[in-house]
Amino acid sequence: MEFFRIRKDIPFMRHALVFNVISLLTFLLAVFFLVSRGLHLSVEFTGGTLIEVAYSQAPELQQIRKQLESDGFTDTQVQNFGSSRDVLIRVPLAKGAETSKVGDQVMASLAKIVSTEATATADGAAFGLKRVEFVGPQVGRELAEDGALALLLVIIGIMGYLAMRFEWRFALSAIIANMHDVVIILGFFAFFQWEFSLPVLAAVLAVLGYSVNESVVVFDRVRETFKKKRGLTTPEVLNHAITSTISRTIITHGSTQMMVTSMLIFGGPALHYFALALTIGILFGIYSSVLVASPLVMWMGVSREQFIQPKIEKQEAVV
Amino acid sequence: MNRYPLWKNATVLIALVLGLLYTLPNFFGEAPAVQVASVKSTHKVDAKLLARVEEALKTAAILPQGIVLDLTSIRVRLPDTDSQIKAKDVIEKALNPVADDASYSVALNLVSDSPNWLTGIHALPMYLGLDLRGGVHFLLQVDMQGALTKRLDSTGADLRSLLRDKNIRHSGINRNGQTVSIGFRDAETREKALAFLIDNQPDLQLLEAQDGADLKLIATLKPVAQKRIQEFAVKQNITTLHNRINELGVAEPVIQQQGADRIVVQLPGVQDTAKAKDILGRTATLEVRMVDDEASADPNVMERAARGQPPPGTEYFVERGGQPLLVKKQVVLTGERLTDAQPGFDSQTQEAAVHLSLDSAGARIFKDVTRESVGKRMAIVLIEKGKGEVVTAPVIRTEIGGGRVQISGRMSTVEANDVALLLRAGSLAAPMEIIEERTIGPSLGADNIAKGFSSTQWGFVAIAVFMSSYYLLFGAVSVFALSANLLLLVALLSLLQATLTLPGIAAVALTLGMAIDANVLINERIREELRGGNSPQAAITAGYERAWATILDSNITTLIAGVALLIFGSGPVRGFAVVHCLGILTSIFSSVVVSRALINLIYGSRRKLTSVSIGQVWKPGA
Repeated sequence: MEFFRIRKDIPFMRHALVFNVISLLTFLLAVFFLVSRGLHLSVEFTGGTLIEVAYSQAPELQQIRKQLESDGFTDTQVQNFGSSRDVLIRVPLAKGAETSKVGDQVMASLAKIVSTEATATADGAAFGLKRVEFVGPQVGRELAEDGALALLLVIIGIMGYLAMRFEWRFALSAIIANMHDVVIILGFFAFFQWEFSLPVLAAVLAVLGYSVNESVVVFDRVRETFKKKRGLTTPEVLNHAITSTISRTIITHGSTQMMVTSMLIFGGPALHYFALALTIGILFGIYSSVLVASPLVMWMGVSREQFIQPKIEKQEAVV
Repeated sequence: MNRYPLWKNATVLIALVLGLLYTLPNFFGEAPAVQVASVKSTHKVDAKLLARVEEALKTAAILPQGIVLDLTSIRVRLPDTDSQIKAKDVIEKALNPVADDASYSVALNLVSDSPNWLTGIHALPMYLGLDLRGGVHFLLQVDMQGALTKRLDSTGADLRSLLRDKNIRHSGINRNGQTVSIGFRDAETREKALAFLIDNQPDLQLLEAQDGADLKLIATLKPVAQKRIQEFAVKQNITTLHNRINELGVAEPVIQQQGADRIVVQLPGVQDTAKAKDILGRTATLEVRMVDDEASADPNVMERAARGQPPPGTEYFVERGGQPLLVKKQVVLTGERLTDAQPGFDSQTQEAAVHLSLDSAGARIFKDVTRESVGKRMAIVLIEKGKGEVVTAPVIRTEIGGGRVQISGRMSTVEANDVALLLRAGSLAAPMEIIEERTIGPSLGADNIAKGFSSTQWGFVAIAVFMSSYYLLFGAVSVFALSANLLLLVALLSLLQATLTLPGIAAVALTLGMAIDANVLINERIREELRGGNSPQAAITAGYERAWATILDSNITTLIAGVALLIFGSGPVRGFAVVHCLGILTSIFSSVVVSRALINLIYGSRRKLTSVSIGQVWKPGA
């Protein structure tokens, strides 16, 4: 089998402007949604209590809401999680209250519903606690700070490494292309109001490291082509590099995506958003690191001379 | 020719064998077990206890599959859960005759079912995080300001008694926030006090100040002292937590410091958070009281006291050695006056001893009491859950001043260690607050494992099918390299006993998905070389060599992201980052070295190789 039967280099650079305009528009749209809607941050970041309860029969969510409200919990969110029998309850941080006891109190108030209802099963276990997460206010703030610091370290680390191995033009364009991926992932999370949790943050940063790979592979080829082939213009070199790596690009990303899709299908609700962030990251990663980073390098003025060490002419020794 | 030198092949082989060996324990599953640990640090887990456990099981006709004694616990492996519960009851009854005064915790646990020779080479199954096995996780914040305030309060009392002893007059000592101010009427006294305090209170930084007509000395704790007090507070809280959690009967609790002022407590298998929280928040106190020697010596009085009728003003206790005694109710000193307790030796007799350090107010009280009671006994009582225990009741030999107290006599080195620990661990040095709590039910844990596992499995299968149909033999070799990667990663995680969490399993899957990149790069490169007209052998060599630089670059950039997550991540992110970073390292080895070794083995020695099985190599113009 051979999927990619390409006779001539594909003139990607001819459409460089179009690619960048598309990507700029997506980027701006993402920023717009981030600003207008904001991220739906998980309890880990905002602080509060999250309780997951498994019922033996699908419960009435409205009834749970009412009971919680009458027991003094305001602004709680009650929703199904995974299946209709699993219920997720979020209780925001309340001032002054003994926040670390909210979990127990909510369970007590849920028990009231079950005992007043005739639906309680014979073995008495009509519902059971699956998990409780309580996060104090100070933890959330720190997590946000640490997340930002991690992002900063990744950017500096990758730029430093690329500048050392290649050229500052490559480092800059790779990081611009991939940061724009990150913003787009966040934009998706803001637009759909998907929950942004710690695993999602991990996925976003992993994607950043991963899609820089893509640029590295292309840049590697660019450098090689500059060194090996004379007489090609810079756009031609870039076209050649992209064309000769496109097969690998698609196959690699396809393989990674197979794994991620498997996580989406089999991973359950706990891995859902993690896998979703990776999917968006992988799809946009291909596009941006190939079709955005390369034109940026071109416009920054990369040329053959930057890769060829000027040969020092040997001088004849005069005896 | 594509041949690896012998050492390279040997390295690959050894790595794979070791990988297999250390992955092996994960396949054996777990057997039900009963774990016995000591609740009181004065009761040791040793061969004697082991014999008692064996005896108890024998009388109940329970046949254990194995009993293991390690440093802190005894683990009895049992054939099924029925006998596990029965064994727990039997052992509980045998070791703790009085139910509400347990000396040992007896807990249900699971132990790895892997054979002993594997355990012998430290091949253990992966350590599962709470989200996979169920349990409670707490993050406690130690109130550092509280620790300092507590210390400054007692410093204020110390200063008062010090200045009184020296006959230096002051017009009041007050603590305001994190400073203590001492007022003086004239500059001369202040001068004197300053000179005296600089010598006597090395922890304090003293500044002269004036407030209207009042002359003042402002004392603050030196940064070095602050740091020491805070470090001590966290350490002491951890020790105290350890002692308390032992009582919960948790099989493998994790109690660790995180950052400068936080403590992580993880209790696998515990579901009752309310009880756990209650026990974590409890306080214990230490008291020094005088023994009523006359009454204790009277057998009639003692007999009556043992029946619950002690003489008025006294309490009946049984000392740790088994001696009953009567202790006066009046408290001489409390544990708050104790700054440290360390095991050691008597400088003259070389007997084991416990050295106590008292703060200066405590030292003064101690001096007065001991001067008046030479020849009498004093009892050191630890009060917990409203119940007291006499840790030791030494005889006072001389007047003791200076706040350095030594308890010695009738003690082994081990006992001295235990007493010192008990005295130190009596109470929390600083208040704590729960800032994060996670409870995961056992069913959710099992569910998470199953989901994580099947994601990885099906993703792997999909990649394997695709690779072997697209690249044929080279694809199969890539799949083999990918399996080697998984094997080495699991082995490494087992060997390091790194905690595996659900994000960790996700990282395994993701790392495998990314690791195939290296093999795709190599295979594509080889095809390209073949397309360019190279001979198969040359194409293999060139393919691997040219791809290497790219593989290295791309893995390093991924690793940078992984390391950043490792440094700044906490909780789930860290679990992800550990596996991700390790996975990148193993993938470089397996995708380049292992796959090359296999390719060399298959094709390397054929002199006249005309084609390789790498799928169709399409040539433009053909």
